[in-house]
Amino acid sequence: MSTVVPTRAPGAPAATPRSIAGGHAGADRVFVVAMRATATTVLLITGGIGLFLAWQAVPTLRRYGFSFFTETQWEPDADVVGIGSVLVGTFSVALVALVVAFPLALATALYINEYAPARFSGMLVSLVDLMAAVPSIIYGLWGFFLMQPHASAVALWLHQHLGFLPFFRVHADPNAAVWEQSRYTASAFIAGLAVAMMVIPMACAVMRQVFSQAPLGEREAAYALGATKWGVIKSVVLPFGRGGIIGGTMLGLGRALGETIAVLLIISPAFVLKFRMLEIGTNTVSALIAGRFGEANGGQLSALLTAGFVLFVITLIINTLAAIVVARSRSGAGTDA
Amino acid sequence: MSTSVVRPEPAIAQPPTKTRALATVTAEDRFVELGSWVGGFALAWLLNTKLLPWSGGLALALTTIVAGLVVLAVATSITEPRPVVVDRVVAALIHVGALIVGLALLSTIVFILVRGFAALPHVALLTQDMSGVGPRDDFNRGGILHAIVGSLIQVGIAIVITVPLGIGTAVFMTEVGGKYARIVRTVVEAMTALPSIVAGLFIYTVMIVTLGLSRSGLAASLALAVMMLPIIARASDVVLSVVPGGLREASLALGASRWRTVWHVVLPTARPGLATAQILGVARGIGETSPVLLTSGAAGFLVLNPTDGVMNSLPLFIYTTVRSGEPMYIARAFAAATVLLFIVLILFVMTRYLARPRKGSR
Repeated sequence: MSTVVPTRAPGAPAATPRSIAGGHAGADRVFVVAMRATATTVLLITGGIGLFLAWQAVPTLRRYGFSFFTETQWEPDADVVGIGSVLVGTFSVALVALVVAFPLALATALYINEYAPARFSGMLVSLVDLMAAVPSIIYGLWGFFLMQPHASAVALWLHQHLGFLPFFRVHADPNAAVWEQSRYTASAFIAGLAVAMMVIPMACAVMRQVFSQAPLGEREAAYALGATKWGVIKSVVLPFGRGGIIGGTMLGLGRALGETIAVLLIISPAFVLKFRMLEIGTNTVSALIAGRFGEANGGQLSALLTAGFVLFVITLIINTLAAIVVARSRSGAGTDA
Repeated sequence: MSTSVVRPEPAIAQPPTKTRALATVTAEDRFVELGSWVGGFALAWLLNTKLLPWSGGLALALTTIVAGLVVLAVATSITEPRPVVVDRVVAALIHVGALIVGLALLSTIVFILVRGFAALPHVALLTQDMSGVGPRDDFNRGGILHAIVGSLIQVGIAIVITVPLGIGTAVFMTEVGGKYARIVRTVVEAMTALPSIVAGLFIYTVMIVTLGLSRSGLAASLALAVMMLPIIARASDVVLSVVPGGLREASLALGASRWRTVWHVVLPTARPGLATAQILGVARGIGETSPVLLTSGAAGFLVLNPTDGVMNSLPLFIYTTVRSGEPMYIARAFAAATVLLFIVLILFVMTRYLARPRKGSR
C-alpha cells in the first residue's frame, strides 16, 4: 500500500497559516496603552515607596551596622540609636494578640461553619466582616477605657499565681495590701488585647472560608463510620483546613505587627529590653515612629524610616509565607469537587 | 425472573413513612447541658464568695466557664461513652469561644455608644467646630463639624486618586496580562504589607521635610491614598479574576473589541464585587489614624481648603482629645467615635446591599 504524499505544485507560493490574533483596532490599542500606563503609574508609586525606604535605610545601616538591631536605646542626640527594645516590644504585643486571638478565631470559625443554624450563618459572617471594618482607634478606646481596669486585675492574678514564669514577673509586690494597679497598666499585655480584636476577624475570615470548602464526601464518610461531630471536625475539617488556620493566623500576625494607634493609646513608652509583658511600659516600632517623628530631622528621620523599613520587610515576609501556606494547602482540592 | 415492578396498590393504606432524624437531641441531653451550666455557675459562685481569695465579675465569669465544663464532662460521662463526652465538652468550648468574640464586639459598640451619649444629643456637635472652646465649656458649644468635614474631604481626595488607579491596574492585570502584569501584581501584593504608619512617614518625609510644604489635608489624603492603593488594587484584581471566562469569550466571539468587552461585559458583571472592594477600602481609609497623625496636623477649626494648612479628621480628633485627659474632651471624643462608627456602619451596609444576589440575574 502506497501512501500518497500531497505535494505542492511547483511554483505555487508557500502557504502560511493566517494569523488568528488579528491586529488590534485603534480603540483597543488605546485601551491597552491606557491600562498599561495606569498600571505603570501604580507600579511606580508602590514600588517607589519600597525603593525609597530601602534607599533611606542604607546610610543608617552603614552608620550603625548590626548594632541598630541590638541597641535598646533611642537617643539621637547622643548618637545612640537602635531598635532592639522596640522589636522585642513589637513582638511581645503581637504574641499576646495571637495567643488571645488564635483560639477565639478558631472557635468562632468552627462555630459559624459547623454549629450555627444555617439561617444565621450568613449574618454571622457579616458580623465578622463588620468587626474587621471597625476602626482601630475604636478598639484602642475599648482597650484603654473598658478593658484596662479588668485586664490589670487579670495581670495581678497571673503575677500572683504564675509569677515564677519570667514573662509574668512584675516589679511590684503581688501580695501587698493595696496593690499597685498602675504597675499593671499600660503594658504589652493590655495593648495585645486591643490588637487581638483586630486579629480575630482577619484570622477568622480566612479559617472559615477554608473550613467551608472541606469536602462533603469525607464529612459524610466520617459520619457513616459513626463519628461524632467533633470526630468529623478533628478528622476531616481541621486537617483539610490546616493551611487556612496557619495562613490566617500569620496574616493576623502581619496586621498585629503594624498596628499603631491602639497600641500608642494604651502603652506608656519605655526603651527597655523587657520580656515582662504584664508590667507598665513597652514600645513598638510603629509607636516609636508615631512618637518621635515630630522632633526628627536628618539622621533621626532616616533612622525612623529604617525602623519602618525593617517593620515592612518583616510584615512582607510573614504575609508571603502566609500566602504560600494557604496556596499549598489542600484547600479547594476536595476529593469529589 | 420477572422484570416488571409491582407497584403497591394505592387502595391499601400505607403508614406514612417518616425520615428518621439523624441528629437526635433528647430532652435528657438538653437537661444535662442546662443543668451543668446552672451547677457550674452555682459552684463558681460558691468558690468565689466563700473559698477563693479573689472576687469580681470577670473572675466569676471565668470560673463559671471552667466549673461548667467540668460539671458537663462529669454529668455526661455517667451515661455516655468517652467520645460523646469529648464531643459535648468541645462543642461547649467552641460555643463559649464564639460567645466571647460576640460579646467583645457587642461590648465595643455598646461602650462607645453609651460613653458618647453624653455629648451626642446636642445640635452643636454636628454644626460647630472647636475654635475657642475650652475644656470646661458644655456640650452646647463646640462640636466636631470640622473633623467630619475634614475626614470627608481627605477620604474624598484619596478616593478620586485610588479608585481609578486601582480598578485600572486590576483591569490591566486580569484583562491584558503578560509578564509585565505579573511584575505589577507581585509589587502590588507586596505593598499591601506596608504598615499604615510607614505610609504616613513616607509622605511626611517627602512632602513636609524634603519639599518643605506645610502639614495639610492634601498631605493626609496622599498618605491615605498611598495606604489604600495596594489594598483596593488587589481586592479589585481578586474580584475581576472570578468573572467567568466564557462571558469574555462570548463577547469577543460576537466581534466586540477588547475594551468593549471590558466595558460592557467584565466590569458590569463584577460591579457588585468591585463596589464592595472599593467601599471596604474606603472604610479602612476613613478609620485609619496613623497616616493622618503624621501628615495633617490637628486643627480646632473648620478648614475647607485641603491645601491650606492644618486640617482635622475624625480619627485624629478622637486621638488628640482623648490624649488631653480633660473629661469633657473625652466625652466629645466618644461622641466623635460614635459618628465614626456610624459612618463605617453605613458604608458596611452599603456593601451588603450591593453584594446581595440580584433578582432576575442569571
